[in-house]
Amino acid sequence: MKVFRILGRNIRDSFKNVFRNFSLSIASISCIVITLIVVSISIVLTYNVNNFASLVEKDVTIVVFLKNDITDLEIDEVEDKINSLSNIDSYVFKDKMEITSDMMESSEVYKSIMGNWKEDENPLRDTFQVKVTDIKLIDDVADKIKQFDNVEVVKYGEEMVKQLITVFEVVKNISIAIVIALMVVTAFLISNTIKITIHSRKREIEIMRLVGASNLNIKIPFIFEGLLLGALGSVIPIIITIYGYTALYGHFNGQLFSPFIKLVPATPFVYYLSLILLCIGILVGMFGSWRAVRKHLKI
Amino acid sequence: MDLIRIRNVKKVYKNGVTAIYDMNLDIQKGDFVFIIGATGCGKSTLIKMLYREEKPTSGKIIVGGIDVAKLRNGKVYKLRRKIGVVFQDFKLLPRATVYENVAFALEVFGLTKAEIHSKVIKVLDLVGLKNKIKNYPNQLSGGEQQRVAIARAIVNGPKLLICDEPTGNLDENTSMEIMNVLEEINKLGTTIIMVTHDKEIVKKMKKRVILLDAGRILKDYEKGTYKDESI
Repeated sequence: MKVFRILGRNIRDSFKNVFRNFSLSIASISCIVITLIVVSISIVLTYNVNNFASLVEKDVTIVVFLKNDITDLEIDEVEDKINSLSNIDSYVFKDKMEITSDMMESSEVYKSIMGNWKEDENPLRDTFQVKVTDIKLIDDVADKIKQFDNVEVVKYGEEMVKQLITVFEVVKNISIAIVIALMVVTAFLISNTIKITIHSRKREIEIMRLVGASNLNIKIPFIFEGLLLGALGSVIPIIITIYGYTALYGHFNGQLFSPFIKLVPATPFVYYLSLILLCIGILVGMFGSWRAVRKHLKI
Repeated sequence: MDLIRIRNVKKVYKNGVTAIYDMNLDIQKGDFVFIIGATGCGKSTLIKMLYREEKPTSGKIIVGGIDVAKLRNGKVYKLRRKIGVVFQDFKLLPRATVYENVAFALEVFGLTKAEIHSKVIKVLDLVGLKNKIKNYPNQLSGGEQQRVAIARAIVNGPKLLICDEPTGNLDENTSMEIMNVLEEINKLGTTIIMVTHDKEIVKKMKKRVILLDAGRILKDYEKGTYKDESI
């Protein structure tokens, strides 16, 4: 009972203190608001770049052209070999007639040219279309397939893929570094703002010590206060994130500039992001208070 | 019975200044003791060591059975709960009412609302401020603020009340009012140690007086034997 009474009072006091030290509370909250908005924007960017990158990576296919005079048995052999490779996500076999009809469907010009081809005149090749699990190792897989018997040519847009991989890797790493750096900076910024708040209440801490409050007794209300400031500070960034991103997603119909670049769907993404922002706000607020009050408890 | 036992205590500050030299002192339970002396004679250092704001460099200080020198930082609150402290500048919370300032000292112990209320009202009645419980410190006179500080210091029922120049900021009449309150508290059984510069008060009160000079006890006057001497 006693513990709950003390805890209840601590919570009540932290609410009171937030309002009694209103101007300083507003300073801490504004600081949290601004930094959490920046954190939110960078998480949105990072997540979308990553999403786009993984979509593109999924689309990269190795096309294995088989020799013209290949027999069904040999096709099975190649399939077995592909099957035995590691890093293979999926593959499909398309014979030349299938490819021809696909191409004819896609364009009138192709249709008029290819329409007259007979099976033994068809210059196209039977193919396997292979997708890999880890795109960074696509070179490896392609090289291995090249060594197979009855494989004529292996194509996968090598240059384009290589460049894309490099660009995505760089963008991914930079954006993750930015998010982490921002979080650390936020933590210290908020911690320092709360430090100013607490410094102005040195006397209060001194009196608490004098009347026999234990260190824990003194820390808890301040830590609750940090929690409260963090939670209050995350409200505006959460509202901006939810409405802002949903509006943005709606405005662009879920894609940026071309159907190729797809945005992450607004729900449930914005809700997860809100939760993350709330957690960052609370943790950073509590950490800031704890760090600041600790200094005043040493003699 | 000794409430305070000081044995061979020496205090040297980090800057090399020695504030107390080899001090021995006993204070009985229920005593009222004045500590007087010129500025810089070690009065403040002495009482700060009693409530463990400072640690002695060597020697032993026992307060109410607790060995103050050996007390770890995290356990200081155990000593403070047995001691009330009153300062010249009152040290009240400016944004809390009179009631809240006093109740504050009890809330950390987890008492119920009703227990707190009855204790706070009782102690504010004792210092004569029962009708001002809703006022804020800046709405009170200096004497009234000091009485709030005294109420806060004694609301836990401490065995020892330490007063560091409690009348330093007050005029003569108000000072005597405060002294009457302290006398009242002393009669209820609380030991009081008071540091002061005010010779008039010391003469009028006729209590035990300890005169410090340059970190040493120059003279220890028995109850009522102090006459006008230079402080």
